[in-house]
Amino acid sequence: MSNITSPSPEAIRARAVLLGRSRWGVAEIIFWVLAFACYWLFPTKLSLLSEIAILGLVALSVDLVLGYAGIVTLGQGAFFGIGAYAAGIAAKHGMGTTLWSDPVIGLFIGGGAAAVIGFATSFLVLRGSDMTRLMVTLGVALIVDEVVNQMKWLTGGSDGLQGVLPSAVLGIWEFDLFGRVAFVYSMVVLFVLFVIARALVKSPFGLSLQAIKGNMLRTRAIGMPVNARLVAVYTVAAFYAGVAGALAAQTTQFASPDYVAFHRSADAMLMLVFGGAGHLYGGLLGSIIFRTMQDVLGNITPQYWQFWLGVTLVALVLFVRGGILGLLDNMLAAWRRKGGAS
Amino acid sequence: MLTILLDGIAYGMLLFILAVGLCVTLGLMNFINLAHGTFAMAGGYLTITLMQKAGVPFLLCLPAAFIFAAVLGLVLERTLYRHLYDKTHLDQVLFSIGLVFISIAMVDYAYGANQQIVNLPEYLTGRFSFLGASIGVYRVFVIAICGLLVVSLQLVLTMTRFGSRLRAAVDDGRVARGMGIDVTRIFAVTFAVGSGLAGLGGALGTGIISFDPTFPLKYMIYFLIVISVGGTTTITGPFLAAILLGVADVAGKYYVPAVGGFIIYTIMVVVLIVRPQGLFARAAAK
Amino acid sequence: MNPRILLESRDLVKRFGGITATDHVTFSLPEGARHALIGPNGAGKTTFINLLSGVLTPTSGEIFLDGVNVTHWSARKRAHAGLARTFQINQLFADLTPIETLMLTIAERENAGAAWWRPVGARTDFVDEAVALLAQLGISDIAHHRVGELAYGKQRLLEIAVALAQKPKVLLLDEPAAGVPEHEREQILDVVAALPKDVALILIEHDMHLVFRFAKSISVLVNGGLFVEGTPEEIANDPRVRQVYLGEEEVHV
Repeated sequence: MSNITSPSPEAIRARAVLLGRSRWGVAEIIFWVLAFACYWLFPTKLSLLSEIAILGLVALSVDLVLGYAGIVTLGQGAFFGIGAYAAGIAAKHGMGTTLWSDPVIGLFIGGGAAAVIGFATSFLVLRGSDMTRLMVTLGVALIVDEVVNQMKWLTGGSDGLQGVLPSAVLGIWEFDLFGRVAFVYSMVVLFVLFVIARALVKSPFGLSLQAIKGNMLRTRAIGMPVNARLVAVYTVAAFYAGVAGALAAQTTQFASPDYVAFHRSADAMLMLVFGGAGHLYGGLLGSIIFRTMQDVLGNITPQYWQFWLGVTLVALVLFVRGGILGLLDNMLAAWRRKGGAS
Repeated sequence: MLTILLDGIAYGMLLFILAVGLCVTLGLMNFINLAHGTFAMAGGYLTITLMQKAGVPFLLCLPAAFIFAAVLGLVLERTLYRHLYDKTHLDQVLFSIGLVFISIAMVDYAYGANQQIVNLPEYLTGRFSFLGASIGVYRVFVIAICGLLVVSLQLVLTMTRFGSRLRAAVDDGRVARGMGIDVTRIFAVTFAVGSGLAGLGGALGTGIISFDPTFPLKYMIYFLIVISVGGTTTITGPFLAAILLGVADVAGKYYVPAVGGFIIYTIMVVVLIVRPQGLFARAAAK
Repeated sequence: MNPRILLESRDLVKRFGGITATDHVTFSLPEGARHALIGPNGAGKTTFINLLSGVLTPTSGEIFLDGVNVTHWSARKRAHAGLARTFQINQLFADLTPIETLMLTIAERENAGAAWWRPVGARTDFVDEAVALLAQLGISDIAHHRVGELAYGKQRLLEIAVALAQKPKVLLLDEPAAGVPEHEREQILDVVAALPKDVALILIEHDMHLVFRFAKSISVLVNGGLFVEGTPEEIANDPRVRQVYLGEEEVHV
């Protein structure tokens, strides 16, 4: 405790600088206003925009583990799939009438199921090198894929889960054919979870994650329970990806094996990489770029999109100095020098 | 049961030939090449094309596939891969995923998404009876060819100068360079040969496994399991792991089809947790 | 009254394969100690510090921190119990600022590091303490700069500041002035001189001027074993020590 009755000028300045980092910037507010305004700006594209919001949420979950905590994982897509099937099965069970079909409850079911699996597998990412983590998380993702496909009696196997009937959101808003309710619902969920994630990364907890990513040896030397922090963020990220999956199942009223396919993990990673890791908004920007490109290019031929996606990836890795994450760090440095919101 | 065992061994040896290039690449340059399956796919589709469109006899397709895949590997290594050795593992993974997407898209566009069927020559089809079990001729053929390759590989590694240089470079690249060993050239040659072997494996595999554009993704996990369980410091490790994997997979799918698929994934995850350097690897100080 | 022994090792051994890096070292550090650990290159000084701080586990022997047996405790647990150390090469967080680094350390000390609901800076008592510590170390001017961009000397001062922010009972300084350019060394030496009197300090050093300026007692480590211990005068005049250092440095008082 300080024995000075009033803080020194340096202390006052320090408080201001630190707290300033967590204040909402103008660019952020404009972003969200525009995002919600899409309801009126693009009324015919609401399904696509819902998808973008959902994918953005998955990318956000990858940002939490990779961009902030530095955990290299190829398995985040598995949590998306688990959330989708858990919420889908619940909604189907509820047949559109009972509490099981309530969308918000479904979110917690989906997110919760993913969080449980995430927590149970979190110990896998604590040990070993980056390479081990990549392989182990890939392995887990493929196991989940296989399990979901095998449990035909529960998941419908390769035919997908039919008869997903979510009831009205908060008992008031029924999902409509134009995707209006789906859009607002997805956006609100995304926004709420984003605000929580934002608070998390600006908090002492978030700072400790960045420290772990920067120098794990030193974090242990100052007494930080590193494993507990990593398990916590991994579980939270799994929850987020699970909620995204639940949203997907509820808004499309369907859950398919595609939701647990490996490309979900790869896509989420790509979106984050396009937009920039470690900024929270990177995943959201990335999902907009990714999904829009997919919509435009995929309409030509499906192979066209996959081809150009591959080319973009290869080009990004090869021609960006220091690799993809290097570019992002440079962007961050430039952004900071301009005094932007971070 | 002997049938299952032999089927499993044939499958396992095929997996080994497919994966051996990747094992050495990983051990030598610490590079995760998830696109390794594309070379196998190249060999397989080349065989299919040559046989269907040009009427080339099957046995000729095998060396053709090897050469084609080896050249492809060499070209890609010299132009693209070598820029990535110093990048992070995540970058390497993203790069190889990008390559996989490109190759899948190209093959899908050229051949369509359907599974390709290959008509094996008469003398390689059919079954015969041995020790009371029914054994496929082609399986025996595969075991024979792969066995020959394994023995040759081991001989090259242990008896030739190139082999000893390769082993030194895998053991400790820095020291090897310090001794004057041209690690970069060794790597280019090894990468080409490994890709060629994958291509040959792909050609051989046309008689056993199905070929469609998603091949690199489907089989990537098998290769990874072979490496995780077998380690990257020897070739006997991955060999044993591949046999184990082949038998486990075939037996699993036959006896317990419901869970057969993911027994092997679980094995890999468990092995990686318990021994991150693989079951059969020497306890290397890496 | 005998001073409280804050850190103690009993018959500590560390073997790596065939090499004995730490050879049956029995050592005790009282409260308020100003103890230097010296020895020729490869004597095992850093290994011994790594054993004490928990980065390495001993092959045999025991370690006690303020009377508690911590031999099987992790580095993090020992840090939490009052043992802090600095590293020979700076181990800092390149993307954080000095003030954030200290806020982090103080928060961990106070078991408030996992707070996720309030922003960094809300705990004004932590901010005040961090600011004061930066001022004490003379690095207030770079409080909000990215650590990765700081001059080496400033980073070195921050390295010590982090250890001090833990309010340790025992402080292990591993060559605090190593790699620091001449004109910045005084600052570091002043910091070492101004350390709290109740903290027990072990200083690893090669620079004998530093050793004789600060140390009240010295241990000489050779080939992993404790060669000789004593006051600075005794060590300076010991012909065996001079022999051990033959060709390395002259021992001045």
